[in-house]
Amino acid sequence: MKNKSLSFWLFLTPTLVALALVVFIPVLEGLFYSFTNWDGLTFTKVVGFQNYITLFQDKAFINAFWFTVGFVIVTVIMLNVIGLGLALLVTQKFKGNNFLRTVFFMPNMIGGLILGFIWQFIFTQGFQALGNAMHLSWLQNWLTDETTGFWGLVIVTVWQMSGYIMIIYIAYLQNIPNEIIEAAKIDGATAWQRFTKITFPMIAPAFTVCMFLTLSNGFKIYDQNLSLTNGGPYNSTQMLAMDIVNTAYNSGNFALSEAKAIIFFIIVAAISLLQVAYNRKREEDL
Amino acid sequence: MDKKGRVGFGIVGILLGILWLFPFYLILTNSFKTPKGIFASVLSLPHPSTGDNYVNSFKALNFIGSLTNSLIITICSVLLIILCSSMAAYALQRNHSKLSGAILMLFISAMLIPFQSVMIPLTANFGAVHFLNMWGLVIMYLGFDASLSVFLYQGTLSSIPIAMDESAEIEGASRWQIFTKVIFPMLSPITVTVAILNIIAIWNDYLLPSLVLPQAQYTIPLQMFNFFGEYTKQWHLALAGITLSIIPVIIFYLFAQKWIIKGVTDGAVK
Repeated sequence: MKNKSLSFWLFLTPTLVALALVVFIPVLEGLFYSFTNWDGLTFTKVVGFQNYITLFQDKAFINAFWFTVGFVIVTVIMLNVIGLGLALLVTQKFKGNNFLRTVFFMPNMIGGLILGFIWQFIFTQGFQALGNAMHLSWLQNWLTDETTGFWGLVIVTVWQMSGYIMIIYIAYLQNIPNEIIEAAKIDGATAWQRFTKITFPMIAPAFTVCMFLTLSNGFKIYDQNLSLTNGGPYNSTQMLAMDIVNTAYNSGNFALSEAKAIIFFIIVAAISLLQVAYNRKREEDL
Repeated sequence: MDKKGRVGFGIVGILLGILWLFPFYLILTNSFKTPKGIFASVLSLPHPSTGDNYVNSFKALNFIGSLTNSLIITICSVLLIILCSSMAAYALQRNHSKLSGAILMLFISAMLIPFQSVMIPLTANFGAVHFLNMWGLVIMYLGFDASLSVFLYQGTLSSIPIAMDESAEIEGASRWQIFTKVIFPMLSPITVTVAILNIIAIWNDYLLPSLVLPQAQYTIPLQMFNFFGEYTKQWHLALAGITLSIIPVIIFYLFAQKWIIKGVTDGAVK
């Protein structure tokens, strides 16, 4: 198909128009508005970097930033360890391994909003009942402070996404030729040696994929946050995405919200790009 | 592997499986209890059990209405995404020029932009032309989800030899005929992947539709959010509502599991 041909442009136009209307034009508008005193409808003056200065003095934003960073660090580690663990388990030959795959992946089909509601019940009613019955104080009063709110969000995310990460590791594990493992066995390698010397290096590309997914998903989480804790108590469990939404729709600071969203965009994009570049390099080094 | 090892893995597997399913068990059993029953014991089986919670939450959720809205929005969006993104990917893949390379980069860079960076101007613009409704939403999904779909189609198209196009062209087929009769049918495996990924994402989406849809067009997650806000201290109703709202998803999962696993793998790995 030639550039100049009519069909080239006819095939491309619907998608390009939608992409421009939905992503590129709004993001440029948002970038511009972040330098104004926009109120969602109109603006009266350009304020330079004022919104960006305000944002770095905004306690809610700074809190949300550190809360999100902590959440991402913990979930990236747990999801990759548990996801890989589940993948290694269900790729062993035993009865019911296929059924287990179905079970582990199931939570991933349900939306974050409803998952948050499910776990709100379990944390506030189920944990409470169990804690009362067994006299365990750490199971009581979940979601009423920052610590249990944090771990509540971690548990929901791990329950939801482990199966997804498992599926990706399985895809790479199945690509390892059986002969290599068998040859190592004959040479007397222990199970641990086979894992560290063969399996682990051979699934290096899976790490790139899974780290990328868990990192960027972790930063962007909103639905679970909304339905599980709604940022409470006192905004202590509010994550970045929620802070941006609330700055606009609850406080009416649309220009400030846009500035926050631009910083959010830079953080997410920078991490994604750095991470892909780093993993590419590491794979080559192996 | 020796027999002992298999039994060991089996036991670990069963325990983890129970742990994973336990939340579903709690939701399901408690949804059949009376408020007193839940208060008395969360962990026990329901006795006496009642179906009233389902009757009441079915009405309060306007379940048939929200299910219909969810179905219309998801099906229309996914069909539009499949059609438009496969066409776009075809044009880009069969055109080797700097321009098509640049356009592909544009698609990929759009994937890096988080939703929060566009949401306010986007809804303001669509509002200005009175498009804050399900049809506006369908167009928005095309814009947000086309990038990944174009990317997936593009990868598969590169493995279809251009000789296929050329021989059809010699027989006098137009570009549109070549695409619909020759190329698109060969893309079916990746079309299934594109469909699965978008169905899951769109069906479960909350934030975007909450900013776009009028109440009459509420989808299941939106209706569920409102419902939960109203009945927050009435767990017996809320749990029946939760169960109702995940039934369609579980049915879809059990029937289409094979394709879902493949689709999710392709979407992440490619």
